[in-house]
Amino acid sequence: MSDTILMKGNEAIAEAALIAGCRFYFAYPITPQNEIPAYMSRRMPQIGGTFLQAESEVASINMVFGASAAGARVMTSSSSPGISLKQEGISYISGAELPAVVVNMMRGGPGLGNISGAQSDYFQATRGGGHGDYRTIVLCPSTVQEAADLTVLAFELADEYRMVVMLLGDGYLGQMSEPLVLPESPEKTFSKKEWIVNGCKGREPRVIRSLRLKPEIKLEEHNKMLQERYRKIQEKEVRFDTYKADDAEVLLVSFGLSARICKSAVNTLREKGVKAGLFRPITLWPFPYDGLEESASRVKKVFVVEMNEGQMVEDVRLALGRKRDIEFYGRSGGTVPAADEIVKRVINND
Amino acid sequence: MTEKTKEMKLVYTWPESLSQQKTHYCPGCGHGIIHKLLASAIDDLGVREESVVISPVGCSVFVYYYIKADGIESAHGRAHAVATGLKRALPEKIIIAYQGDGDLLAIGTGETIHAANRGENITVIFVNNAIYGMTGGQMAPTSMVGQKTQTSPYGRQAEDTGHPIRACEMLNTLEAPVFIERCAVNNVKNITRAKKAIKKALTNQVENRGYSFVEVLSMCPTNWGMTSRDAADWVENVMIPYYPLKNFRDN
Repeated sequence: MSDTILMKGNEAIAEAALIAGCRFYFAYPITPQNEIPAYMSRRMPQIGGTFLQAESEVASINMVFGASAAGARVMTSSSSPGISLKQEGISYISGAELPAVVVNMMRGGPGLGNISGAQSDYFQATRGGGHGDYRTIVLCPSTVQEAADLTVLAFELADEYRMVVMLLGDGYLGQMSEPLVLPESPEKTFSKKEWIVNGCKGREPRVIRSLRLKPEIKLEEHNKMLQERYRKIQEKEVRFDTYKADDAEVLLVSFGLSARICKSAVNTLREKGVKAGLFRPITLWPFPYDGLEESASRVKKVFVVEMNEGQMVEDVRLALGRKRDIEFYGRSGGTVPAADEIVKRVINND
Repeated sequence: MTEKTKEMKLVYTWPESLSQQKTHYCPGCGHGIIHKLLASAIDDLGVREESVVISPVGCSVFVYYYIKADGIESAHGRAHAVATGLKRALPEKIIIAYQGDGDLLAIGTGETIHAANRGENITVIFVNNAIYGMTGGQMAPTSMVGQKTQTSPYGRQAEDTGHPIRACEMLNTLEAPVFIERCAVNNVKNITRAKKAIKKALTNQVENRGYSFVEVLSMCPTNWGMTSRDAADWVENVMIPYYPLKNFRDN
């Protein structure tokens, strides 16, 4: 498994899911992530897994609910408009404390938008697009290698915390081919016997639910328990990456695809004598507030670059405060910012 | 004990699969009867410890208080999709979707038709009482033309909201289902028939035969604004002429 191979982002995510032990995949076609269902439809029958093309996004996320309730490692994937449709199910899965992996290869929005890659769903992914007090862990890769690695991690975190983990990529990452080394299969095993429903042989019947009307199962207490779990995740699972940030005077903050463009911009800026660096959140929730605060503590200026009209920049302001000098540069609707654009912007604003 | 009582045969016991939970259903409601028929069928086939019952959103969301088996509470209308995922993961287990008319035939129509069309090896109990009970008596896709509800205060107008949908007839156009039957629980004769149909629908799953669908016409005296007796008569005189009781398919 240690050979370097060339793979499309979407296919790497699908193969990594299989490596992670995913044997159930339910989804509905949507561009630009169709390579994932196509790959799963080919591979699942070969390894005794289940691929099912659902009649809708709504149905597919509820099929995920059913398979997860049985203890299976299960995944669905879609792109922005389809993820909106899955939000009902994501809320129910969160309320019922079931593990599930949801892949969103984002495209331009709102509405039907277009089919080009974008980072349009940061708010939806990190603030909970569905109803109720819940969180999802959001992992954001910027290379095909990282997409594969984070897919395996997504299954591990989903099982560990019994919650939805979203892999948030974009259409470009899904479509691009890059060399990668496929990840190793995970070593940890998670016992699900205490909570799955598979027939009550030798035990009392169990119910998987999210309705809490009765006084003995108070909704508020349940929510507080979930919040406690979320706090633990905020302590333990924050991930980020930095590039030439240690001596930086100008810090670019960017995630996913736009972050790799920022990396080029950092190199060009350094050639031009600007001490630039990059801070890249890998977990968008939990957001690396402390890490960013630390990285930004010595810089004069912070530039946030996103492929949207300004979403993560709100978390950057939360981390650094409104008094800090924070510039935002965004391209949306499937448009990718060029490294030169970013360089020009930084220099002109300096 | 007299000689006579010693000779008496035991003709009724409380089904093992039915809990002793005090009912939350209204007087005259049909859900209690249908729960009991389902519990008896589960007992007869000895599959209580193999079963997972999926409850809908609606009055019967609490079916897990009554059926002593594993349960899942699904989102409104999504029981067929949840059942699909569950059955695919647990092909040896018995998966039962219990749904009302709003759940199965309004918000969940897509899930219903496609799971039936795939021939998922599940058992579906569809309770049609021509109204939304839990939310306080709104018009259902199965409400009768002229029926007054909270959201059809002048009576359901076909030209405005369409005619009531006949689920069995619609599903009977599909290739995959192996068993489709409509029954009712408004009198003893019909209850006996419903019991048989539910047992058959469950047996089919045990024997891996495929998708089985039982529609049960049921009473909702509270939201119909009737006495229990009048409600039973309304099923007989108004619902059954439009929703004929029959077996549509038994492959």
